[in-house]
Amino acid sequence: MITVRKPGLSTTVQDAGRNGYYDLGIPPSGALDQYSLRAANLLVGNPAGAAVLECVYLGPELEFAGDAVVAVAGAAMIPRVNGEERPGWESFPVAAGDVLDFGYLTGGARAYVAVSGGIDVPEVLGSRSTYALGALGGHEGRPLAEGDVLPVGAGDGTAGRRAPEELRPAFAKEVEVRVMMGLYDHRLAPEGLAAFLDTTWTLTPTADRIGFRYKGVELATVDREPPFGAGQDPSNIVDAPYPIGSIQVPGSVEPIILHRDAVSGGGYMMVATVLSGDLDVVAQSAPNTRTRFVAVDLDQALAVRAERRDRLRRLEEALTTG
Amino acid sequence: MTSTEAPPARYSWGGDEHVFVELAEEMSLTANFRAMAITTMLREQRPDGVHDICPANASYQVRYDPDVLEPHALLDLLRDIEKQVGDARDFTLPSRLVEIPVLYRDPWTTETLMRFRDRHQDPDATDIEYAARINGYPTVEEFIDAHAGSPWFVSMVGFVAGLPFKFQMVPRERAIIVPKYLRPRTDTPKLTVGYGGCFACIYSVRGAGGYQMFGITPAPIYDPTQSLPDFTDFMVFFRPGDIVKYTPIDRERYDAQVAEVEAGTFRINARPVEFSLQAFLDDPDGYNARLLAGLHE
Repeated sequence: MITVRKPGLSTTVQDAGRNGYYDLGIPPSGALDQYSLRAANLLVGNPAGAAVLECVYLGPELEFAGDAVVAVAGAAMIPRVNGEERPGWESFPVAAGDVLDFGYLTGGARAYVAVSGGIDVPEVLGSRSTYALGALGGHEGRPLAEGDVLPVGAGDGTAGRRAPEELRPAFAKEVEVRVMMGLYDHRLAPEGLAAFLDTTWTLTPTADRIGFRYKGVELATVDREPPFGAGQDPSNIVDAPYPIGSIQVPGSVEPIILHRDAVSGGGYMMVATVLSGDLDVVAQSAPNTRTRFVAVDLDQALAVRAERRDRLRRLEEALTTG
Repeated sequence: MTSTEAPPARYSWGGDEHVFVELAEEMSLTANFRAMAITTMLREQRPDGVHDICPANASYQVRYDPDVLEPHALLDLLRDIEKQVGDARDFTLPSRLVEIPVLYRDPWTTETLMRFRDRHQDPDATDIEYAARINGYPTVEEFIDAHAGSPWFVSMVGFVAGLPFKFQMVPRERAIIVPKYLRPRTDTPKLTVGYGGCFACIYSVRGAGGYQMFGITPAPIYDPTQSLPDFTDFMVFFRPGDIVKYTPIDRERYDAQVAEVEAGTFRINARPVEFSLQAFLDDPDGYNARLLAGLHE
């Protein structure tokens, strides 16, 4: 068991996510940075998609009721056991009565805390992930609060496992996010389309599990007679399904990337979709991160996907044979 | 059962894990019904690697794993199903007729809308007074008669968990149209009966929203704890393809139904029906009259 002494800014139970209910408005949820989720789990000997704690900007303070092995991957936020620092991306033991807390965030945005045995909240619709908007899954369908007690599953990890440096993501204040154009990008005028790809966008403080909003320029649209049911604004469409990672541009300003707690549909033009693997990069963007959208085609997107798969395979090899 | 009358769909990749398909740029029951027919057929065939099949108003999307299902193979399958479905006029959909009680002009949405008059087109009127006026109804009562008089087709479920979008089953010239708020509110009571563009909705959870607020229903439509009898099988009540009839109720009836919800005994009045697009299009008023007559049989 783990007792939450301080919840941090917004800490939720997340795993690999749930499929099959997006058609009724229930999004996949799960760790926004799926690579770091897997790394943290492999470090403590869990299945790669087990439930962990996702901590945003400011970590929680947790008291362990029993011995366990813990690892923290993702954002740079130094873990401390009873005030003593431990390395990130490396598994370490905690004993009954130990208190785990975190130093300040120095890179990235979201840290993932894996505990051997996994966070053992009940599965809802096949996943332990929290979907707070729908009060579903995780711990009582919400972010953790002071005094919460979390069950931990059975499992024993090995302390001292380390993720190789070359398999850890680098966090930068300026990032490139690869996208596939499409969806309603024909609503953009040629200069609007060019501006979308040429602008260095700045992430606003509106950056949560639902979506990430960016500041930059207004995008020029093509004139039209609004189709029946679409609404008058040039950015309106007849309410349509939103892909995870799709970039919508309400009012033709401030693009929003929908992440894994996405609203499942709505009436704003989407002009591109972030590659599934690059959603990890978005997840680790803190406000003010300068961001460029780089267009790729399907073949390139599948090549990126294969590279990522290979990287995960190497990580798995490094952490299960060592 | 093929037909070539329907305009060709527009296919787009939504990144590496989605195919997005727009059946028509404008909203119509025909476009929606094609989305239902295509996604129903796809569900029956459901190839490995498909995660989510999401029908929407005049479009749909498929979320899938391209490592399991080759993207072009999926695209070919979707195009093939589109051809088979054609204009979907001879497709019938097993549906439910669902009665939703509504307390129009209730105190809670009224209090909320008063807090956000600075975001509204007509700060001196309530949302329903504004909607009645711009749709040419002399009184709010006549507007409510129209809103509660025709059935509504659930054309999409989503935005947030379990929220139904509903399209009015009337010829287009009689359809109620109300623009959304100028700027979205930061608050909407749970179970608000709302309206935006050509769509009615019911807010399944409390939260931000831009739709006009006409009233509130006592009937729960989303229950993540699955404690109420309507939610034994699943936590979301509505399915795309359901047909809804709003029934105006007074405060006394509302309070009584809320008490039933709290006692765990409330049931939504719902009964199975078959919906045929062609029969509806041939005679909308006659079809609706026959349909609604079945509600209290």
